[in-house]
Amino acid sequence: MQLIDREWLRELWQYRELFYFLAWRDVKVRYKQTILGIVWAVIQPLATMLVFLVLFGKIASIPTDGTPHALFYYTALVPWIYFSGTLAMCGNSLVSNTNLLTKVYFPRNVLPAAVALSGLVDFGIGTIFVLGLLAYYHMVPNWHIVLLPLVALLLVLLAYSIGIILAAVTVKYRDVKYATPFLIQLGLFVTPIIYSPSMVPEAYRPLLLLNPLTGIIDAFRAIFVPSHPLEWGLLGLSALATLLLLLVGTLYFRAAERSFADTI
Amino acid sequence: MNAIVLEHVSKQYRLGHIQQFGMLQENMTAWFRRLLGHERMTQEVLWALNDISLEIKHGEVVGIIGRNGAGKSTLLKILSRITSPTSGAMRVNGRVASLLEVGTGFHEELTGRENVILNGSILGMPRAEIARQMDAIIDFAGVEKFIDTPIKRYSSGMRLRLGFAVAAHLNPDILIIDEVLAVGDAGFQKKCLGAMETLRNSGRTVLFVSHNMAAVENLCSRVIWVDNGRIRQDGETNEVIQSYMGSFGEGKRTGFDLDKIQVRRGAGGARLTSLEFFDRAGTTMKLIRSGDRLIIRFWYDAKERIANPIFGIRIYTELGTLVTEMNTWMTDFEIPFIDAGKGHIDLIVDFLNLMPGRYSVTLFLGAVGPLFQDLLDHCGILEIEASDFYNSGKGIESRFGVMFLPFHWEWKHAGDETMRDIASRDERKYEMG
Repeated sequence: MQLIDREWLRELWQYRELFYFLAWRDVKVRYKQTILGIVWAVIQPLATMLVFLVLFGKIASIPTDGTPHALFYYTALVPWIYFSGTLAMCGNSLVSNTNLLTKVYFPRNVLPAAVALSGLVDFGIGTIFVLGLLAYYHMVPNWHIVLLPLVALLLVLLAYSIGIILAAVTVKYRDVKYATPFLIQLGLFVTPIIYSPSMVPEAYRPLLLLNPLTGIIDAFRAIFVPSHPLEWGLLGLSALATLLLLLVGTLYFRAAERSFADTI
Repeated sequence: MNAIVLEHVSKQYRLGHIQQFGMLQENMTAWFRRLLGHERMTQEVLWALNDISLEIKHGEVVGIIGRNGAGKSTLLKILSRITSPTSGAMRVNGRVASLLEVGTGFHEELTGRENVILNGSILGMPRAEIARQMDAIIDFAGVEKFIDTPIKRYSSGMRLRLGFAVAAHLNPDILIIDEVLAVGDAGFQKKCLGAMETLRNSGRTVLFVSHNMAAVENLCSRVIWVDNGRIRQDGETNEVIQSYMGSFGEGKRTGFDLDKIQVRRGAGGARLTSLEFFDRAGTTMKLIRSGDRLIIRFWYDAKERIANPIFGIRIYTELGTLVTEMNTWMTDFEIPFIDAGKGHIDLIVDFLNLMPGRYSVTLFLGAVGPLFQDLLDHCGILEIEASDFYNSGKGIESRFGVMFLPFHWEWKHAGDETMRDIASRDERKYEMG
């Protein structure tokens, strides 16, 4: 495959410092002139969790497999917010850096990659808060916690893979960025955040499997909450889907990259 | 060893709808239309570069010149790998850094120091290298006091200096610079040229696009002239620059067609119909340059016999300052009368001592007293090009004023020979057309 060759991989390594620096720049800029700053990283999932608690927990009474509601929603919201936020920003990462793309050379996927990396800061803070919640409910995570780095990696790769496809498409067709919020909204319901996969009737199960995020989000829940079962099948499927998307995404991006400076 | 090789490189741009800001919705609409049998929306094609082949060896400093729109920037973009050729191949040996715009990647919220790191890593400098050169960079830019304030507080001059400072300390194998010297004050421009000289002397390959012929002449050993997407000439600096400057006359005319002008005042008993410019040999001049000897011919058409006419021309700067007036009264050139019908009168300017630039011209045909037969206020633009009047490669530029004088310097040393700057006002030394 001439799109992915040694030359390109060597360049990615060469430009790693730019990648770190761009990620650092994103984080710094995001927090520089805000009063709330880091607190926002906790408030966002927290507020959403409270809304879900009232709406789906109390009013609609959707069962949560025995897990306390707050924990049920929060453990899924933290990775979800990372995922949706990264997707949205990745889509824009190329078109909002037009001046860079038309003036300097560097491997273009450094931009969406930096977005994916910078989101981890919020994600990390949210995760710490999860541990706080666990303590509140007097729960101690079991050995599944060891899987955290792996699942986190899968999450990042999935967000990145879809992100670069969105980024490349947005360069050519600007109106795609209007579709993204809508797709994310849809995603919120299609992913088992508000409900548990075990709740889905057999007939509809295959649909669940279509969503690569399912296994990952549910795994996050299982990692922290000992009472929530870890569905290896789902996780395995998600991992496969992620790797596939990574390959497809990279190929598409590389092919589209050649004309970025002309169409942007 | 070749640093850069281009083989039959062409770059095509498609104009019109579909390429610019593509909208999925529009594309789908267009697709449906085609399906339903409507004609395709035609697309114009522009060949920004057409079959370019060239080789540049390591250590060469090459200037690239050409009119605006000739394809110079597109060529640089391809060399910098920002865009890829539509056809043809390119090979580059060595690390390339291009300065297509100063301050690429500057982020408003970050401080000067942080932006140096950002800019440097975007341009391909390793972190350690940036850290090592940080002091030198800050020093070159002269922004020590402000280095830890966010860039959004910087003036445009400061940004420029900082951006160039980073680029100047890059140490790439191949440096590509696109007209960045067009901005900045004289002091800074000198610094930039100095930095580029250092680069040249250290054996780097430099590609330099500029409209500043003096700088190109100074730095480059080889010049490539790009015209309409092709290489028109590629060779020794002086030769190419001469041809290039000479070509400005092509397609251009001096002279004004006054007949068609509606906005004019005066009694109208006679009208000025056109103005022509000749050199002393009598050939129509294609180009008017500083220091030229000119013959300006006023053509008129009189309806009736006019007594005691006075012909005149006023030359203004673009801002409206009257530089000079020349009329027949000033030199006591008395014309008893002009007959009805067409005729002309010649104004001979021995020495046009105006600096290069654009000047506005007013013409009139009148008589002593307030009566004008024809007054054409600011009816044309006189474009005066630079010439090498002082024989030094410099000095004839509008920044030295509106007009220039023939001059030279003398310095007497006791016992030594007197130093004398023999320049200008020597008709043997410069030829005109």
